[in-house]
Amino acid sequence: MQEALQYVFSGITNGAIYAAIAVGFSLLYNSTELINFAHGEFVMLGALILVTLWNIFKLPLPLAFFITVFTVSGMGLLFERLAIRTVSKPHPIVLVIITVGASIFFRGIGMLLWGKDSYSVPSFSDHAPITIFGASLLPQSLWILVIVGISVCALHFFFKKTLTGKAMQACAINKRAARLSGIHSEKMVLLAFFLSTGMGAVAGIIIAPITMCSYNMGTMLGLKGFCAAMLGGLGSLWGSLIGGFLLGIVEALGVGFFSSSLKDAIAFLLLLLILYMRPGGIMRVKEVKRF
Amino acid sequence: MLRIRNLKCYYGRIIAVKGVSISVRKGELISLIGANGSGKSTLLNAICGLLPTWEGEIIFEEISLRGLSPPAIVKRGISLVPEGRLIFPPLSVMDNLKIGAYTMYRRKLHKNVLEDLEMVMTLFPVLKDRADQPAGTLSGGEQQMVAIGRALMARPRLLILDEPSMGLAPLLVEKILKTLAVLRDEGLTILLVEQNAQAALKIADRGYVLETGKIVLQGTASELLTDDEVKRAYLGKDYGDFYEGRI
Repeated sequence: MQEALQYVFSGITNGAIYAAIAVGFSLLYNSTELINFAHGEFVMLGALILVTLWNIFKLPLPLAFFITVFTVSGMGLLFERLAIRTVSKPHPIVLVIITVGASIFFRGIGMLLWGKDSYSVPSFSDHAPITIFGASLLPQSLWILVIVGISVCALHFFFKKTLTGKAMQACAINKRAARLSGIHSEKMVLLAFFLSTGMGAVAGIIIAPITMCSYNMGTMLGLKGFCAAMLGGLGSLWGSLIGGFLLGIVEALGVGFFSSSLKDAIAFLLLLLILYMRPGGIMRVKEVKRF
Repeated sequence: MLRIRNLKCYYGRIIAVKGVSISVRKGELISLIGANGSGKSTLLNAICGLLPTWEGEIIFEEISLRGLSPPAIVKRGISLVPEGRLIFPPLSVMDNLKIGAYTMYRRKLHKNVLEDLEMVMTLFPVLKDRADQPAGTLSGGEQQMVAIGRALMARPRLLILDEPSMGLAPLLVEKILKTLAVLRDEGLTILLVEQNAQAALKIADRGYVLETGKIVLQGTASELLTDDEVKRAYLGKDYGDFYEGRI
């Protein structure tokens, strides 16, 4: 029981990170129908920029947090402007291949700037772990849950309550009708990239204290986030959240009760299962659609 | 108000509009009628910026619309109610209307938006009861009201409608056309594109007939309604009897 609970705690922590990455995938897919396979590299950039600002430049954590998010989002905007917008015939396959290329490019930049070493940062606070029914929950796990919770609630508020959020949804539903209503669809796409890569940076920042950060950490995280988004329903905010937690918990239980070598296989096994049985994901995005 | 001179539109090598010239004066309701494939929607796409390349001249309030994007054209005062309505089904009726006022919000004209919401609700009272309902759950006629309401929310000086009667029951068509007549009487300039020639010409001041990309007839609505060619091609042979109340 105690052991299972410990696995669940670990799964929830990882799940929150997968959820944050999945939300980034869904945000972009929802507005542009583009799956950004470079998304994991923005997670990597988030983690490594935080390491630099917090550990090396000794900036206060909140300041380092915001500078990291805005720097990575800025890179997301540049990525859209220079690599995506400039494509003359933006066929989905062409765009996906560009994102794969961008992923390799960003990984290369990461290796040039930070080398092949791994870095770590301390936990956001140095409280003692909390013990619940004999299982311990790290304070960093609580930070992760709180930050992901706040980010997702902020996004939910943005989409439900602000005109810009609704304009973004309108663009996703019907770009032609949105343009005829006076909405600049290009600006909405830019905003989607800004928010999506910003969520990637948040995921990178919160994962930094519980993992070793290196230039090649983003690829697997990106793929796991993609699996979580597909699991919950690509394009759905809450679906991504559910998919992330489900993937994290199933993965942790699998590792705990079977073998740690199954860790990565579980995500892709779940992805295959959901694609065969419920292609729209848990939230059945094809019917309920959008945020 | 709107002057189109020798407009030519192409889809690749195919020419869809072949030198069309029309004019719309302030406060007029103009009907543009024509069969499927006559180039009506292409013409509207060119006016609203959805067709980026065309030849000729499109002048609105003495300013050329060449090179302007659809949002820029909305900002200049032209709103289109597109064919097939193109509302945002998962969003509520109220959100659909507010999105129509996007350019007004951007210009910080929040007070005007509230007035316009009131005006749209007065024009289409049924929308008031359904304000919080997803627009996709409304009937076809109500969705058309949302589409017209959304276009009005941008405070256009020229309202363009592309086939607003499509797929609607005759009673609803009549209701919507009556609303357009009311809007015209209140001073709004309207360009109505319709296949339903009889209904469109009944409320119009003037009309144009478009065939295979060319204007083949033009005149006042009453002239066109009595024109033998129009009667034969668009109104049916019994239309005269119907119009004069014999059927």
